[in-house]
Amino acid sequence: MPGKTIGNALLLILTLVIACTWAFPIYWAIVTSIKPEQDVVNKTTLFPDVFNFSAYYYALFETKLSTWYLNSIVTSVTVTVVVILISVMCAYALSQIVFPGRKLLYGIILASFMVPSQALVISQFVLMHKLNLINTWGGIILPQLIVPVVVIVYKQFFDSVPKELREAAKLDGCGEFQILFKLYLPLNWGITTALAIITYIMAWNAFLWPFLVTNSDDMMTITVGITQTRDAFGVKYARDMAVAILAAMPVAVAYLLFQKRVTQALMLSSGIKG
Amino acid sequence: MIAPFLIAYATVFAYPVYKMFALSFTDAPLVGEGQWVGFDNYIRLFHQKLFYTSVWNTGYFVVLTVIPNTLIGLGLALMVVRLKGWMQSLILVLFFIPYILPVSVVTQIWKWVLDQQFGIAQFIIEAFTGGRVSVFRDPIWAMPMVALVTVWWTNGFNLLLFIAGLRNIPHDYYEAAMLDGATRWQCFKRITWPLIWPVTALVLTLQLILQLKIFDQVYLLTEGGPFNSTYVLLQLVYREAFRSNHGGLGSAVAVILFVIIVVVSVLQYQLLRVRER
Repeated sequence: MPGKTIGNALLLILTLVIACTWAFPIYWAIVTSIKPEQDVVNKTTLFPDVFNFSAYYYALFETKLSTWYLNSIVTSVTVTVVVILISVMCAYALSQIVFPGRKLLYGIILASFMVPSQALVISQFVLMHKLNLINTWGGIILPQLIVPVVVIVYKQFFDSVPKELREAAKLDGCGEFQILFKLYLPLNWGITTALAIITYIMAWNAFLWPFLVTNSDDMMTITVGITQTRDAFGVKYARDMAVAILAAMPVAVAYLLFQKRVTQALMLSSGIKG
Repeated sequence: MIAPFLIAYATVFAYPVYKMFALSFTDAPLVGEGQWVGFDNYIRLFHQKLFYTSVWNTGYFVVLTVIPNTLIGLGLALMVVRLKGWMQSLILVLFFIPYILPVSVVTQIWKWVLDQQFGIAQFIIEAFTGGRVSVFRDPIWAMPMVALVTVWWTNGFNLLLFIAGLRNIPHDYYEAAMLDGATRWQCFKRITWPLIWPVTALVLTLQLILQLKIFDQVYLLTEGGPFNSTYVLLQLVYREAFRSNHGGLGSAVAVILFVIIVVVSVLQYQLLRVRER
């Protein structure tokens, strides 16, 4: 049917146009960042006449960007590793070990979905203050360690592992930790990568909590730090955009490398199995 | 084995939840002890104009984002799901990539795009209004623009859920309908819409709860201004607790937000269950 082919082609073009418009602000930010500062405001061209990376040089070497990078990397990697570790252990126990209060505990974890972490910032701040953790990596990390959805997703996956495997391992004399780390975790390696990447992206992107718990330039994570530079720069659009792009780079790369895993994790955590 | 999680859970989650309620009945500063004052904080809030402004603005923002975001997500999903192969992957990436950006990057980009003097979007604004508008300094434009930025930022996730939902609809249904001579619109109304409804309901729920918690974008784009036209509940929490050093009063606002979110979640859950039967 020729009519259908033309219709499909039109639809494709329309979708492509909308998609390009949608992504345009990102493209525009990139283009701006590689223009010389005077061209940014004088020549509104869709493509740079000259490629100029001075904004990146400035951002990397004349601001505290490298310090913020370090803070972001340390905190988000730690958050990711600890979240996965404690959640996987908790989920394994909930799924495989019979202990009193198991159902109740699972119910409590399910219910904590409803608690908006943003509403807890005051009491968490008070707590971090008592523990002397304001302006420290620990202070940034600790409140981000509770991600109930990771426990729940893991539990569902562990529930569906055949019971015979566990019994066989027990007969071979394996302890619970061995069964978890040598059997259950490798069996669910795919979901572990997915959850780890999404946790890492969320931790890297966290704004409110790191913003509240840090007030010294040297302790800020990159997402907080870059919002503080505006005044120092004056209005320098190319620099602003270069900084923004550098800040987004570690998540953008993680996403582009692991697209499938990212989408899988998002669907699992929202209750649709991918 | 559950000990590490439990310890963390109790310390940085359960205890703060309890503490939030406890603090809201005291006149505590941000850090330090306070006197028990009963419901004073709540009564004070109900006499404060800024509290009502914040409730109103939060509601306004929810209206501006939740339904448009859901409809746009569904619309885009219907377009994208018909495409095939690498073209579909490419387009999906273009739509999805804003979602993974940090909020500060998103706001930085949009401040530049909407910049009054040099922003490229001002060409469009000029075409409609005949002049440039400093959108984040204008009480009428500010909130809709924050909503626009939010929809742009978060839509990728909804799109993804809708695409997953659409892919789950068996192809035979459409083929059978086509054989019976159904038009595209009839197919959508009779097959797609009823079958995609559970996902739609899910997206609406997630959106509603998410957008009630708005703070970051507003703070970074407008700081609640101009003339408090974008002041929202979490910002009131931030202001009372961290700026004015009223930990107790700030906690009371947090409790109210918490209660609103729990009520909304429970209501939605019940509504969805009724629908499913």
